[in-house]
Amino acid sequence: MDFFNVFVQQIINGVSLGSIYALIALGYTMVYGIIKLINFAHGDIYMVGAYVSFFAVTMANMSIVPALLISMVVTALLGMLVERLAYAPLRHAPRISVLITAIGMSFLLEYGSMYFVSPTPRTFPEVMGNLAYNIGGFVINGQQLLIFAITTILMIILTYVVQKTKVGQAMRAVSFDTETAQLMGINANRIINFTFGIGSALAAAGGVLVGVYYNSIDPLMGIMPGLKAFVAAVFGGIGSIPGAMAGGIMLGVIEALVSGFISSTFRDAAAFAILILVLLFRPSGIFGKAVREKV
Amino acid sequence: MAAMLEMKDVNVFYGNIHAIQDVNLSVNQGEIVTLIGANGAGKSTTLRTISGLLKPKSGEIFFEGQPIGGQPAQNIVKAGISQVPEGRRIFANMTVLENLELGAYTRSDKDGIAADMEVVFGRFPRLKERLQQEAGTLSGGEQQMLAMGRALMSRPKLLLLDEPSMGLAPILIKEIFSIISDINATGTTILLVEQNANMALKVAHRAYVLETGRITLSGDADELASSEAIRKAYLGG
Ligand SMILES: Nc1ncnc2c1ncn2[C@@H]1O[C@H](COP(=O)(O)OP(=O)(O)O)[C@@H](O)[C@H]1O
Ligand SMILES: [Mg+2]
Repeated sequence: MDFFNVFVQQIINGVSLGSIYALIALGYTMVYGIIKLINFAHGDIYMVGAYVSFFAVTMANMSIVPALLISMVVTALLGMLVERLAYAPLRHAPRISVLITAIGMSFLLEYGSMYFVSPTPRTFPEVMGNLAYNIGGFVINGQQLLIFAITTILMIILTYVVQKTKVGQAMRAVSFDTETAQLMGINANRIINFTFGIGSALAAAGGVLVGVYYNSIDPLMGIMPGLKAFVAAVFGGIGSIPGAMAGGIMLGVIEALVSGFISSTFRDAAAFAILILVLLFRPSGIFGKAVREKV
Repeated sequence: MAAMLEMKDVNVFYGNIHAIQDVNLSVNQGEIVTLIGANGAGKSTTLRTISGLLKPKSGEIFFEGQPIGGQPAQNIVKAGISQVPEGRRIFANMTVLENLELGAYTRSDKDGIAADMEVVFGRFPRLKERLQQEAGTLSGGEQQMLAMGRALMSRPKLLLLDEPSMGLAPILIKEIFSIISDINATGTTILLVEQNANMALKVAHRAYVLETGRITLSGDADELASSEAIRKAYLGG
């Protein structure tokens, strides 16, 4: 293949991988936007999402879309439970306490999962068969199509909820100024909890899609994508929803190009080099506004 | 008749800081009551406690006979108290319309909301012209009007205003105070916090003076305005 072919093929691969980063990054960015917490347990929520759909497909013989929906619902409830039990009691505690709690929660989910589902990686069943389309010499496989379709649908729904519904308006208000939102009669605790639910459901979708894409899941699978999605969220401008979408996809594309043209060994290094560069030169991210501290 | 709002021996702390001490204050239906005092006296703390953003350590707050002290903020709004916070605190990244809609967050009567929106436009015609504009682009005076319009959208029985004249040009201050009188004349009871004691005492019926967390004086606004102590401390002679 010549340069152009490799380029286009890597863009296709990169957008698929990046869509998954974007789905996870959305949860990071929404939670950060609303309570200024980097939720380190978010990557593990994504892992739980992958497992729930794994069991739904293998044990309950579900097809992938119902399995995805079940996984999103279960994981949303888990995310809300984690928020209620671990973070809500620390609402007025120093930020560092909440951060440490999030790290603890991350370990709890990782090693709790090892205990319950064993540390052995599981093979995610083939749900898309060997579907592959050849479009003008470029290969898009069934998994990638599923990723594009699911991600697009979820992002449209999310944008609609956040921009057009009453609860979305309340989310934006709490995120902008929690106290004033409360003066409007908004139950901020409920909105924060709801935000965790939505973020967790999106991460679960990412986990399911990764299972479908790479066919393998394990209890520590959330660590690396969790970090990458965090990079994506910072890249796009932490707190910004369009930023997380764009940041995730761009990160996926950059990684794929580095793999395709340099070496896949440098893929992860590239991701973290981006984090460092963004933090050095544009800490508010590509979509971020100037950093605004809460009054 | 019992007072609409009644605070009894209320104490509020920020950590170790005793911000308001044994505050007793009442507001009767239909009144404008003003709470004046220097910067740091505890005026905002008093309003934030009534609104449920702060919990009193001791003491009681009654609204229309019901105890509301320490209740979550959304319950206070539903009970009929809304606040225009110090510094306006509009949602700068949202449109004027969205800000007003958020003011009606606790309501679901679509027709009533639409009607009240018209009332707000009647009072603040400039907001109507700027409905789709991002609220952060409004001038200071317009932002104050938006904050007041937003608070009125919950159709409050009692409106709490925290330094509405802060940072505004004298001509706008006059306009804001005349709007406050109008809002009161159409049946909304008002508790007005001000550092601009001069103007506040002119529109108010009664007044309380807060000094370092304690109420040191109270009475008819006219009487306080002519009292020697007040003139010296707050009215510049
Ligand atoms: N968030 C806070 N944390 C600690 N102390 C505070 C806080 N807010 C206000 N205070 C203190 O409480 C006292 C009363 O403040 P405040 O109610 O804002 O006064 P005012 O509105 O009359 O200017 C002041 O001494 C102030 O420094
Ligand atoms: Mg104040």
